[in-house]
Amino acid sequence: MAVEVKLPQLGESTYEGTIGKWLKQPGDHVERFEPLVEIITDKVNVEMPAPIGGTLQKILVDEGATVPTGTAIALMETTDAAAAPEAQPRTPVAAAAAPAASDRRTVAAGDGERARLSPVVRKLAEEHGVPLEEVASLRGSGAGGRVTKEDVLKHLEQRKAPARPAAGVATAPPATPARPGAFPAQPSAAAPKEAGGDELVKLTPLRRSIAQRMAQSKRDIPHAYGTIEADVTTLIKWREANKDEWRAREGVNITLTAFFIKAAVEALRAFPVVNAAWTEDGILLRKAINIGVGIALEDGLIVAVIKHADQKSLVGVAGELDALGRKARDGKLALEDVQGGTFTITNPGVFGSIWSMPIIVPGQAGILATDAAVKRPVVRGDGIAIRDIMHLGLSFDHRIFDGATGVQFLNRIKTKLEGFPGGDAALTDF
Amino acid sequence: MAEIRYIDAINQAHHEEFARDEHVVVLGEDVGRKGGVFGATAGLIDKFGEDRVIDSPLAESSIAGMAIGMAANGLVPITEFQFADFIHPAFNQIVSEAARMRYRSNNAFGCPVVFRAPWGGSHGTALYHSQSIEAFYSHVPGIKVVAPSTPYDAKGLLKSAIRDPDPVMFLEHKRMYRLVKGEVPSGDFTVPIGPAAVRREGTDLSIFAYGWMLHESLGAAEMVAPEGISVEVVDVRTLVPLDTQTLLKSVGKTNRALVVYEDNRFGGYGAEIAALIAEQAFYDLDAPVTRLGGPDVPGIPFAKPLEEWFFITKEKIADAIRKLAAL
Repeated sequence: MAVEVKLPQLGESTYEGTIGKWLKQPGDHVERFEPLVEIITDKVNVEMPAPIGGTLQKILVDEGATVPTGTAIALMETTDAAAAPEAQPRTPVAAAAAPAASDRRTVAAGDGERARLSPVVRKLAEEHGVPLEEVASLRGSGAGGRVTKEDVLKHLEQRKAPARPAAGVATAPPATPARPGAFPAQPSAAAPKEAGGDELVKLTPLRRSIAQRMAQSKRDIPHAYGTIEADVTTLIKWREANKDEWRAREGVNITLTAFFIKAAVEALRAFPVVNAAWTEDGILLRKAINIGVGIALEDGLIVAVIKHADQKSLVGVAGELDALGRKARDGKLALEDVQGGTFTITNPGVFGSIWSMPIIVPGQAGILATDAAVKRPVVRGDGIAIRDIMHLGLSFDHRIFDGATGVQFLNRIKTKLEGFPGGDAALTDF
Repeated sequence: MAEIRYIDAINQAHHEEFARDEHVVVLGEDVGRKGGVFGATAGLIDKFGEDRVIDSPLAESSIAGMAIGMAANGLVPITEFQFADFIHPAFNQIVSEAARMRYRSNNAFGCPVVFRAPWGGSHGTALYHSQSIEAFYSHVPGIKVVAPSTPYDAKGLLKSAIRDPDPVMFLEHKRMYRLVKGEVPSGDFTVPIGPAAVRREGTDLSIFAYGWMLHESLGAAEMVAPEGISVEVVDVRTLVPLDTQTLLKSVGKTNRALVVYEDNRFGGYGAEIAALIAEQAFYDLDAPVTRLGGPDVPGIPFAKPLEEWFFITKEKIADAIRKLAAL
């Protein structure tokens, strides 16, 4: 029996994928879970395993083509009677996206109840050529997060692409009548028009994804901000004195970021409400502490996630940071490397920023900005001292907690950083 | 145009139809000298005499039977059942004879009788003076059922009912008699049997109601408007034949339907509207079709707190609206 192999949803807010390379050719025998095809998404590249065992009969989507999730990309001949009529592959992605036991909301997103769409919602989706999976993944305003007609109409409004530029400028034809991941445009009247000499730079999938996520965050989350100063003189001095020896011993660079992550983890433990997510049913306190860290790439920022950062030593965190950074720059990040973050740290300080107000990653309660440590004259006792001072900035979802908590959280990090013990045992003591 | 009460509109229709057509007669308990317990037939006996305004024995079966016989012999009878609750003895005459007359006579005879009945609960009317009977008669092919909610419709629809060549069950919710007032032209006009009327435009949810429930529903729509819920209220008006087009059109617009009726919820007339929407507007629905009907108890209780528990009020409707709108 011939079974369609469909492009799975490769993670949150991913609605399309590009066929990188077919690893099997028609006629090839394929074992279940054997790598079948390489898929490129706006976030990562993955090798998709065969959902069933059998013979690859026909390739339906050529290499280089971009198709929405749910599109049949190949036909497989199988004798596997148990093969589902719609072969939705069980990818490592699915495992990565699998919610932790305590993540009630994400569980709901996957189960049948929330995926139930009302007749009018289905009709609307069909009329506008929107895949049902996309509609089902919307944040519903109805009871229990149910997607209502109103939600679909709003979504349709948002996914309309910005006005097409004048002729002569190459623009990608939309892969689908309306791009699922399209940047939620302002009404086209407000879209900027090109003037002579202007250049329209095509959106990379990463740029488009960032645009969509950031706009969504600012639209949905009432951001509030807090900033405090931390005196990191001891920490910086110690690092300068020890970084070469460290590198020689551990093989990786010791960055300030590793210290920030450790300090933040401790503060997150003390303030679980910061390691949380907003849902209409309540505040979802995350059990795992998975720290996302912004990594600047050529065409945008990607957030890699250090899983269970609370269970890792400073050395372990530094090592993982180094590995993730390298993978990101080589384009080798796997989906599990970018998913499951519960709190994010961004480090604009490396570029010299001294005051930042970052945007919260949707689905999280806050994001910490660590700014550049700058030598400043500060009052210590009755004198003036020159110290390394940095700003710790927190953007937080004001629905989840208030300023008092936010600033206490920051103070906890400050205390930790300022209390850096120094000395030989610094790394294990921190 | 004068603003008159619902009962006055009914009375006007009688007077005008009596004057227009000498075949029109009325019979019922106390319709003559007393002018009806609610005054619907007041003044008729003085103007048109005892031959046309007949005080009947206290026997509903014979009121209906006589009227059917009169109709078969060329008269146009209106029967008044003092309370809808008392109509049950006439059920056999109405269902087995009046409703089937045209069908079984192969179109040789019609049965142009209007069966008027004050129905529904009012304050303290209890088990024997509060019943809703529309579901019984709507079930039977061959008889039209109307339940006007405004004085204008009461007059216009009663005239249409009198002029209709077939039997019409004309239901007047007694709570409206003196409570509901409206502008009604003094001269001749009719409101056709059939079309429903959108009484209030809205976008979020449609209510389908008739009789007193229409007024409670309008009140509820007013209550939830400041909360941002825009409710469309449709006056069903004619229960049989049902104006399915207007109803389905409204659901197509709002995608949510709430059917409100005072009768016991189970098997009530509103269940038919709900079924119609579920079958024919399925792809327009964004939430389950919802019914708000009276509790399934044998009658409206007399005790005040129990009566309040039974009655469907605008507050209860507003709650149902909020729930449905939030789904």
